[in-house]
Amino acid sequence: MAEPAIAAHGVRKTYRGAPAPALDGFDLEVPRGTVYGLLGPNGAGKTTAVRILATLMRLDAGRAVVAGHDVTTQPAQVRQRIGLVGQYAAVDEILSGRQNLVLFGRLNHLGRARAATRADELLERFGLTDAGGKPVAKYSGGMRRRLDLAAGLIVSPEVLFVDEPTTGLDPQARQEVWSALRELVAGGTTVLLTTQYLEEADQLASRIAMLWHGRVVSEGTPDELKATIGEDWIDLAFADPEQAGRALPAVAAHADGEPRTEQHRISVPVRQRTKALIAISTALAAEGVEPVEVNLRRPTLDEVFLDLHRKQGDKQEVAA
Amino acid sequence: MTAVLEETWVLARRELTHWRQQPVGVIVNWLFTVMVALMFGGLFGGAIGADYFDYLMPGMFALAMFFGVEATMTAVSTDAAKGVTDRFRSLPINSASVVLGRCLADLMNSAVGLAVLVGAAAALGWRWHEGLGSALAAFGLLLLLRFALLWVGIFLGLVVKGPESVTMVQILVWPVGFLSGVFVDPDTMPAWLGTIAQWNPLSATAAASRDLFGNPGLVPDHALLLAVLWPLLLTAIFLPLSVHRHRRLNS
Repeated sequence: MAEPAIAAHGVRKTYRGAPAPALDGFDLEVPRGTVYGLLGPNGAGKTTAVRILATLMRLDAGRAVVAGHDVTTQPAQVRQRIGLVGQYAAVDEILSGRQNLVLFGRLNHLGRARAATRADELLERFGLTDAGGKPVAKYSGGMRRRLDLAAGLIVSPEVLFVDEPTTGLDPQARQEVWSALRELVAGGTTVLLTTQYLEEADQLASRIAMLWHGRVVSEGTPDELKATIGEDWIDLAFADPEQAGRALPAVAAHADGEPRTEQHRISVPVRQRTKALIAISTALAAEGVEPVEVNLRRPTLDEVFLDLHRKQGDKQEVAA
Repeated sequence: MTAVLEETWVLARRELTHWRQQPVGVIVNWLFTVMVALMFGGLFGGAIGADYFDYLMPGMFALAMFFGVEATMTAVSTDAAKGVTDRFRSLPINSASVVLGRCLADLMNSAVGLAVLVGAAAALGWRWHEGLGSALAAFGLLLLLRFALLWVGIFLGLVVKGPESVTMVQILVWPVGFLSGVFVDPDTMPAWLGTIAQWNPLSATAAASRDLFGNPGLVPDHALLLAVLWPLLLTAIFLPLSVHRHRRLNS
């Protein structure tokens, strides 16, 4: 099997003065040519992981190899092979978009002429040709992130780190960045994408690792992860607990996971939402129970992680 | 080595492009010291004596170099806050290039600022009297001071967090500037204050420049030597600190 693009084993990092480690035995293996999603809530350690893998920060313990080179002992070789797209668009706001790309091209040791043509190619590819001469300070949020992406791609890196590309963007701008990212992926670059949005990881990544308190708690394809967490949830509310009790068997029969009950409420995970909704409604009608409220929703990331955390805790208890 | 020179030049050019994109800020900065010189020369000149303007100007040149700390610090901390520094650090370039590029650009900025101030002073009647050679030596000392203060600025820029700290340094620049031989002779101050002012690195450069320009003012012993040693000492302390701070990966 080919060597992975990114391999991290037992990486630990504690910030000075912090009560808990930011990374606590972080393991990751990213195959070449894939888009890999690192998903986690705020403070899970995503940005710390990216900063360590991109050689911006030293690890306390463990080992990480990026594009065949150790980040601790060969940072210069790693830097020649990676691109970094930051959480906060790390471009020079006073310069124009084009001047930024030429600057970063020159710093990637492209000649003057080559840097200029590359800048124009990238502006074109990311739909920024018209705005190329304007100072970045005048760009919209989406344009800025696209420029940031372009800057990370000047010398087709082997591995591109994309740290929360759409945090704080409106839906329109998010779509812009997503389509830019999809194009990039078509070029065969290995991408490590960090995000707090389940939907974003689902849309872009072929594999996802879930990060919680500095370690990977679950890993797999989006479908595999969805199978463990249930794709959608149906929330039902009944007039009283007694009716809910009567409804429970009918609801559970069509759920794709363990139902949760609380007083007069029942929540169930379902994989095919329309089908499940119809099946549950039919079963309830046959049972003669009328729900007072029906809600179909995506699981929140908090729910997913709390769930994982609980399972993790159970495992540890069993092991002990 | 050629790679470092090229990277340094590319990064210094970035600053020059900043001047072109936002000329007003740079020009105001250059004219600011001219304004301060006019203010103090005009306000106190009459009260202190006719040759006060000639006394003041070499001090103003040194003060202009000192004000550069603020510009360097602001630029460095802005780059760090906006993630530009991180982007540079993720690139396959020598980490020395980033600080050297900053150093080159800021020295050029200060050289132009100094030229503007000297031009304005000359237009108002200030002259050097000891020949071109001595005058050039004085300008050399002034730029040496600026070079040393660059590293102080880079270090502060990497250490400070957020705009509040920048404001604090902007305020502190004034007492440090005043408590020196820039505006008045430290011998005229209360003894304890005079001693502090005497030891201010700005005083050494101001006094040595007065000597080399042949402008009025008592020149303390070893002023020339101190005007060389102070900047070298500051550089010896803050250059390694800045480089260390810049390389330190756990920010």
